[in-house]
Amino acid sequence: MSTETSSGSGPAQTEEMTFREAIRLALREEMERDEDVFMMGEDVGKFGGVFEVTGDLVEDFGETRVRDTPISEAGFMGAAVGAAATGTRPVVEIMFADFIGVCSEQIINQMAKNRYMFGGKTEMPVTIRTTEGGGMGAASQHSGTLHTWFAHFPGVLAVAPGSPASAKGLLKSAIRSNDPVIVFENKMIYEQKGEVPLDEDFTIPIGQASVEREGEDVTVVATQRMVGESLELAEQLDGQTSVEVIDLQSLYPLDTDTLVESVKKTGRLVIADESPLSYGTHAEVATRVMENAFFSLDAPVQRVGVADVHIPFSPALEQEVLPDGSDVEAAINRIV
Amino acid sequence: MLTIRSFDTKAGDLFADGELPGFVHLYVGEEAVGVGACSALEENDYITSTHRGHGHCIAKGLDPNVMMAELYGKAGGYCNGKGGSMHIADVDAGMLGANGIVGAGPPLATGAALTSVLKGEDTVALAFFGDGAVAQGQVHEAINIAATWNLPAIFVVENNQYGEATPVEKQHNVQNLSETAEAYNIPGFTVDGMDITAVYEAVKEARKRAANGEGPTFIEAETYRYHGHFEGDQQPYRTKEDVDIWKDRDAIETFKGRLVEAGVITEDEFDEMKAEIDQQIDDAVVEAKEAPYPDPSEAYEDMYSATVPEISQFSSQMRADGGEDR
Repeated sequence: MSTETSSGSGPAQTEEMTFREAIRLALREEMERDEDVFMMGEDVGKFGGVFEVTGDLVEDFGETRVRDTPISEAGFMGAAVGAAATGTRPVVEIMFADFIGVCSEQIINQMAKNRYMFGGKTEMPVTIRTTEGGGMGAASQHSGTLHTWFAHFPGVLAVAPGSPASAKGLLKSAIRSNDPVIVFENKMIYEQKGEVPLDEDFTIPIGQASVEREGEDVTVVATQRMVGESLELAEQLDGQTSVEVIDLQSLYPLDTDTLVESVKKTGRLVIADESPLSYGTHAEVATRVMENAFFSLDAPVQRVGVADVHIPFSPALEQEVLPDGSDVEAAINRIV
Repeated sequence: MLTIRSFDTKAGDLFADGELPGFVHLYVGEEAVGVGACSALEENDYITSTHRGHGHCIAKGLDPNVMMAELYGKAGGYCNGKGGSMHIADVDAGMLGANGIVGAGPPLATGAALTSVLKGEDTVALAFFGDGAVAQGQVHEAINIAATWNLPAIFVVENNQYGEATPVEKQHNVQNLSETAEAYNIPGFTVDGMDITAVYEAVKEARKRAANGEGPTFIEAETYRYHGHFEGDQQPYRTKEDVDIWKDRDAIETFKGRLVEAGVITEDEFDEMKAEIDQQIDDAVVEAKEAPYPDPSEAYEDMYSATVPEISQFSSQMRADGGEDR
């Protein structure tokens, strides 16, 4: 389905597509646009990616630019750093964010530090795509939401799209950025559909949040899967509580202005993110708002996330720990 | 080789005198490996280095004056004082960085070799790493990828007989580290790392293979570091006699002997050359000492190509405070 919608910059053509298709479209467009862009990761080629994101890209771009790697995260992550330092733009897929544990050395000590350590004399245009989140019975080593680590760690930009459009726009910005960017994709929303701009120059600046629904009574700042959950809830509460929903989109840098502006209007804040609650993304959002809109807050900030446990296997346990719309609703009810 | 010997000997003295901040790892004794290898490379080729990287930098053509400024943490050093001894880099000169993490360089070289293939260039990438690094998982991964993808890479192990303070035989179960090349189905050689021509010939051949699309080569150069792992290392793991055995085979003395014998230079010319180089390094020290430190506001620069408000607010605050310490 193609539709004409109007935006600030004039009419823009959009098409409804899944999160997965939006990512693939971004990859395709950027590889067509810039021949220095190439992809590598485990099974990203003929197999099409374990979550079928890369799909048939290898057929169009060949095995040189869509490279299946050995199961050597440290090796190919390091190769991406070396390739980026010498003039290419690698897009690396780390199949599950949990596997970053295997190659964190190259991310933390090389990719994130080289530019600074070398006095700004090198660029590091690496994009890492990786999957987070529980919900498919994959247990603790394939379900983690780890993005706080990299939003915290200097030298890396971190984004976490909550809609197909933001998935496309953020990934394109990541690939075009001369800085290392990690794109954290929640694996449970690859089938989620939304309108996505077809303009090849459509990007979403890294460091920009998006007000997905305007409201008056409470601000819900959400990421990834929790954006959809929160929008659905806002719809249900319509006429009863007016909920403003913001897709944070970018974890670092963080769009403090958009958050503050919203809370100045609503006076109440709920933060919904699937990462563990302590020392986390929630805390950073809350602090930014507290620092800049302390006297606008009418009630304590509420956090919705995962208690400080790993994601368990049994559906009964997994569903217990994962947040959803009902948790956001409970949080709203505590303060509105 | 003389420049490296002079630079690192001086660096050791300066460190002992408390002149240099941080810590330094010296390349004295291993000069033939870095110089022999880099002499066999083309100007546009890439190298990755180690924590013991001064020799690689000089061998790849970096300016000792700018390096010395970096050791002092001064503005005008290769990293503008942000990197220091362990992180000197000059990507434009093909030097992808000294590296404080043992074993982190080879994956970078694999990546630089991948760039060569992706862009259809004729450059090759050479990784220097130590015997200790051979035990690192990511070194294995990097060589396996380079071999499997047939990349133009050269892996040069500087076997200086000790991984930090532990002898090589207590860290590996093979006699020669080059035997590991068999596991990747690539050529592996052990050469005398105290003989600059042996290193040069081996790397020249490896470069030819790489440039011809025949994939990587693994070269083990047997060498020795005359100083400790770091300056100040008391070296309880070896005796003076152990060190003297290797000093008797000193690469510079051996090569000088050959050149004198062949009539290429005289003893006097050699002495003159050495004195000139020593003077150049002394001048570099003077220049580095006189150079200004970076402005404190520089601490907030160079993190990203993009401007990040989380950081820029600190530098703006400093400006507002007139640059005073907050």
